[in-house]
Amino acid sequence: MADEPQVIEMAETDIIASVYTLGGVTDQIAGVVQTKHTPIFWIGCFFAGFTLLMMFFASATMLMVKGVGIWGIRMPVMWGFAITNFVWWIGIGHAGTLISAILLLLNQSWRNSINRFAEAMTLCAVACAGQFPLLHMGRPWLFYWMIPYPNSMGVEPNFRSPLVWDVFAVTTYLIVSLLFWYTGMIPDLGTMRDRAKNTIAKYVYGILAMGWRGSARHWSIYETACLLLAGMSTPLVLSVHTIVSFDFTIAIVPGWHSTFFPPYFVAGAIYSGFAMVLVLAIPIRAAYGLKGLITDRHLENCAKIMLATGLIVAYAYVMETFMAWYSGNAFEQQAFWNRMTGPYATSYWFLVFCNIGSLQLLWFKKFRTTPILLFISSIVVLVGMWLERFMIIVGSLAQDFVPSSWGLFHATRWDWATLLGSIGLFIVLFFLFVRALPMISIFEVRTLLPQARVREDTRA
Amino acid sequence: MSDSNTKPDVAAARARLEGASGREYWHSLEDLAAAPEFRDMLEREFPRQAIGWSDDEDSSQGRRNFLKLMGASLALAGLGACTKQPTEYIMPYAQQPENLIPGRPMFFATAMTIDGVAQGVVAESHEGRPTKIEGNPQHPASLGAASGFLQASVLQLYDPDRSQTTTFEGKTRSWSDFYGTLRGALGQQSVKHGAGIHILTETTTSPSVADQIRQIKVKYPAAKWHSWDPAGAHSARAGGVQAFGQPVNTYYDLAGASVIVSLDADFLSLGPAALRYARQFSAQRRVRGTDTAMNRLYVAEPMPTATGSKADHRLPLRATDIQEFAWALATALGAANGPQSGVNAEVFKWVGAIARDLKSHHGASLVIAGDHQSPIVHVLAHAMNAALGNAGKTVSYTDPIEANPMDQVASLEDLVKDLDAGTVDVLLVLGGNPAFNAPVEIGMRDRLQKAKLRVHLSQYRDETSNVCQWHLPEAHYLETWGDARAFDGTVTIQQPLIEPLYGGRSVLQVLNMLTDQPLTSPLDLVKGYWTGQHKGEDFETWWRRAVHDGVVPNSALPTKNFTVRSGALGTPAVPIPRGDALEVLFRPDPAIYDGRFANNGWLQELPKPITKLTWDNAAIMSPATATRLGVMRQADLNYGAEGSPMVRLTYQGRTLRAPVWIQPGHADGAVTLHLGYGRTMAGRVGTGMGFNPYGLRTSNALWQDIGLEAKKTSGTYLFATTQNQHLLDTRRHIYREADLAEYLKNPAAAHAGAETPPPGLTLYPGYKYEGYAWGMAIDLSACMGCGACVVACQAENNIAVVGKDQVRRGRSMQWLRVDTYYSGSPQNPRLYNQPVPCMQCEDAPCELVCPVQATTHSAEGLNDMVYNRCVGTRYCSNNCPYKVRRFNFYLYSDFETPSLKLARNPDVTVRSRGVMEKCTYCVQKISAAKIDSEKENRKVRDGEILTACQASCPTQAIVFGDINDPNSRVAKMKRERLNYSMLADLNTKPRTTYLASLLNPNPEIEA
Repeated sequence: MADEPQVIEMAETDIIASVYTLGGVTDQIAGVVQTKHTPIFWIGCFFAGFTLLMMFFASATMLMVKGVGIWGIRMPVMWGFAITNFVWWIGIGHAGTLISAILLLLNQSWRNSINRFAEAMTLCAVACAGQFPLLHMGRPWLFYWMIPYPNSMGVEPNFRSPLVWDVFAVTTYLIVSLLFWYTGMIPDLGTMRDRAKNTIAKYVYGILAMGWRGSARHWSIYETACLLLAGMSTPLVLSVHTIVSFDFTIAIVPGWHSTFFPPYFVAGAIYSGFAMVLVLAIPIRAAYGLKGLITDRHLENCAKIMLATGLIVAYAYVMETFMAWYSGNAFEQQAFWNRMTGPYATSYWFLVFCNIGSLQLLWFKKFRTTPILLFISSIVVLVGMWLERFMIIVGSLAQDFVPSSWGLFHATRWDWATLLGSIGLFIVLFFLFVRALPMISIFEVRTLLPQARVREDTRA
Repeated sequence: MSDSNTKPDVAAARARLEGASGREYWHSLEDLAAAPEFRDMLEREFPRQAIGWSDDEDSSQGRRNFLKLMGASLALAGLGACTKQPTEYIMPYAQQPENLIPGRPMFFATAMTIDGVAQGVVAESHEGRPTKIEGNPQHPASLGAASGFLQASVLQLYDPDRSQTTTFEGKTRSWSDFYGTLRGALGQQSVKHGAGIHILTETTTSPSVADQIRQIKVKYPAAKWHSWDPAGAHSARAGGVQAFGQPVNTYYDLAGASVIVSLDADFLSLGPAALRYARQFSAQRRVRGTDTAMNRLYVAEPMPTATGSKADHRLPLRATDIQEFAWALATALGAANGPQSGVNAEVFKWVGAIARDLKSHHGASLVIAGDHQSPIVHVLAHAMNAALGNAGKTVSYTDPIEANPMDQVASLEDLVKDLDAGTVDVLLVLGGNPAFNAPVEIGMRDRLQKAKLRVHLSQYRDETSNVCQWHLPEAHYLETWGDARAFDGTVTIQQPLIEPLYGGRSVLQVLNMLTDQPLTSPLDLVKGYWTGQHKGEDFETWWRRAVHDGVVPNSALPTKNFTVRSGALGTPAVPIPRGDALEVLFRPDPAIYDGRFANNGWLQELPKPITKLTWDNAAIMSPATATRLGVMRQADLNYGAEGSPMVRLTYQGRTLRAPVWIQPGHADGAVTLHLGYGRTMAGRVGTGMGFNPYGLRTSNALWQDIGLEAKKTSGTYLFATTQNQHLLDTRRHIYREADLAEYLKNPAAAHAGAETPPPGLTLYPGYKYEGYAWGMAIDLSACMGCGACVVACQAENNIAVVGKDQVRRGRSMQWLRVDTYYSGSPQNPRLYNQPVPCMQCEDAPCELVCPVQATTHSAEGLNDMVYNRCVGTRYCSNNCPYKVRRFNFYLYSDFETPSLKLARNPDVTVRSRGVMEKCTYCVQKISAAKIDSEKENRKVRDGEILTACQASCPTQAIVFGDINDPNSRVAKMKRERLNYSMLADLNTKPRTTYLASLLNPNPEIEA
């Protein structure tokens, strides 16, 4: 809680502040939820998010009533903000899965402080991402035609189309992430049930905890399940954005049609995902006084991952341009020339600044350990990554093969309303999570305490 | 009328009725009904046998009547009580008429007139509704092709904004009310011999209208007949008089012309014989196999036109410089004695070479003067053609085809004089819109109101109707009988396909009200006239033949030999030093002509040739002129989103604010204004679109004059254009061309540098097309970019009109587009036109990416689009390299307006919101032909299926057929060395291929 004294004394090797006791960890994390006192921070954020969410509903209603013509999409730019937003949100989600699954398998125990809310962020981001493929359809009420189901028409989806792969990739991702997140939360739900004073909360947590009693057998099954789910999630970190990138690479549009999109997209996804983790973690830990649990070391580790993935993205930019030149293909060359000097040049150079320029500051430890700077640079990266997708999608479509059909996309107010609205949806979902569920994994953080380390060591 | 002395005193009768009430009223009514004059009038109004089944024995006649009546009853079922419907017309559909098979269209020959001159058409009728206009292959002006104007006329028929009632000062009245008023007014005229009667018509060539007016003149010898068409052939008429001392009709035979010089004549796309000329012209440019002869075209013109885009050498000259050019050329040819050099070297630079080329083709060359050039240019052209021995060979002269050839400006001025004198008692404005389009200094709008009884017959309640007391709805040409002459005098009987939707009547019927003949049907009027004209035996057979064919046999006027009078030329005017003054040009709009088509959505949305501008006109000028005026705005991709600068144009003290359009290839120092825009009462589509150049146009300068001032002014304007990027990128090999000489040396010259993957370069075995394999070939040498195919496609395939705002946002729906590219200097670039329908790729990128299989490949190689299945992800469009797919961003199709439903082709789905659509190669026509052929147990014959674009194309640039049949025209074209696939290196294997364009430049002239 904010009014609790903050003592952040920690040794080099410690992940969390050394003042914590087992009980203290539980008290603090559970206390965020189990209190009648809702901090003004939460109310403010939720209200802002809710306002944006209403805007989202308004623009979606308008969309359903009038059609996708309310957006700026046109011939030849048939995909605009909707697909850009989709790829951006899906990418953001990747950090959560990476933290919870890959870092679990790699035994990176520092992740324990941030994996829960990072995973929640994944779910919220996937929920936002999922809106756009539906909204962007000309006839969204027929979305189920993309799903193979037995029907009297005798038609199946076209399994050659990357959009069908998307359907599978995204739904799989959503289901596995949800299961992993929920399974990981079961012991904490038991804790919440046990500590709840309110009868309704007791029942709700009780049902969600699925009878968790913390017996050795429970723990054994639980750990196996978590490992299995982590194993299932791990390939998803790579596959989902690979398949999303197929939406572009399978097509023949100059600027889309290239083989290195999968690693490029995955790196970009993790890059933007970690940026979002930082954007969420920095204010929340300050507002809830969790600096002892989500320490500067966590922020620094996230920043290091951003640096690594960001450099991959930078490499991709360079190689993409090099390959366009090296291919000798007039269309590719022209596409990249237009990208750098054409009508969207401003966006391009701005995204290069956001994604590569600002990244260079992360080389400095001083920068990595200054939360406010990290927060700002993460927002810059999020904007840059959105622009990157916009550039790839809109910039490539606007000027492709036949110059007579070239045309520029101009976003309408509804485009912006839908984008900002989806951010509202994200904020609302995320802050509901913060208010109702333990945002940090209680039992996993407890394993980080010195008291727990003995057992860890003996097991190892 | 049985007794011409007793006039039906309707006014008195009405007064009697009005004064009566109750029992007295009924008594009066009975009295009235019994009165002989009333019966008399009744007889004229509703002649018992005027239309009906009097000629039921004549099966074709009866059937035709039936069709149009039935069409009307179907049509009117949805329209409610728009017109009085005599019960005798209605026939139950239960009795199927002979030869009418529901679902199968029928075709009727008729004719549409523009500026009075007929162009023969064949109208397609579905269960009594005309839905599509095709050219009439037997008609000399059409030869089977149909221009955009003709194609779009069918939309005009169903236009819900057409005037639907007769009105007097805005209040609804009946035709008989009007008739009563008119007869009342005429009653006072018989003493004056009709001195107060003025009839103002458009130009007319109709023999029966001429006959009617002759009859009226017999009764009212002092009545005056005036004519006005704002975009008529005023200069050609005056030039003829100046050259030959009498009005003549001139037409050309391009089939015999090897060298053609156009003096600002857009003869390929404008004018009553343009379709014929285009056909003949392109036939002389078709290089196939060993037939490598090509004609050569020189064009001197200010504003790039469709004709200019086909020129082997195009010389951008101000319109007023053309005269100097014509003098120099005539002098070089020995036909005149003018200066051989001048201040403006541009004018003279090619004269010698062109003259030598012309001379070496004695009798096989042609000089064409543009309708918008001054009379002296026409005289010079006549003189040059005479000197070149072309008269009688490539140039034919006949007596005028117009019923009343007159100086129309003088006739308007005559009318104005009488209006001012207050001697105009009855003014009948039959068609036309003089209040809007008469020369501005005449002030027709205000002056018209000086006539005592003003009557306007028109399809729309327009600017002129607004100042007339009576407005009468005019019947559309598909609704009424009539006749008209074509460019060479050939008469077409214009037959209706449907009863007037809104009770409209024709000019003939209104004129009939002025005569003492009983009111009869338009059929009787026309047929009555021709009964008198026909000399031979068996009128009925002759008549039926003429109506059926759409051409009256041997009715073309005999050609005559005229010689240019000595002294006709006079001496060349000294070129006026012009300083900084600009030239103003008034030209009919390529899409809405003189404004008459302003309410036609298909034409408004038709991208105009060269500019690709829709829904607007503009102050069109060259880049250099724009730079001088400080209004240069580099054309870029953002044209639709960023405003174009405005200029204030001042000419003769009158001003007009207009947005600037920069046109490479436009003559420097000139501003072109297209007429017809700026309508204030056109209807929902046309009102308020564009700017009105009629406000600057005076009778002294109908077409061009020096003395325009232009100044940049505040504000910007958003244009809606369908193409923003015009520069030809030769690295893409999208448009390929070669010079004839190059091609003869190396047949692959056009393809130099382009990559084509070898056949079979694929991982998967190709699909074997066993039956038909449909394909298309487009000859770029022939295409001039007129846009007729675009309108034809829109009509055939129920393509929605989206409006200016949506076009501006890049959402026009036309399945077929004609791309225009430039290369070379902005002063005089080469112009290229390329029609782009769906390529129907064998390995179609769109099919692969559709998630729901809404676009799939047929066994005949068509890339089918299944509207029902489409969920609208638009991925197919992104992946289409040719960008030929169109998406319904909104609910563009009009599902509400009843009359527009009648215009739809029943064989084509009307697409709803959220669905992708695209060219299908007119799959409905393919299916119909296949069904026919299967019934007859044969294969579809080559040429049996004409896609809509192909059928309409004046130059026969588009050929469609079965490429599995090695003898089909399309297969032969695809074997030509000029054949290429657009973006061949993508290996999409398009079924639509192009023949590279060939030019035949004069080796003497450096390009």
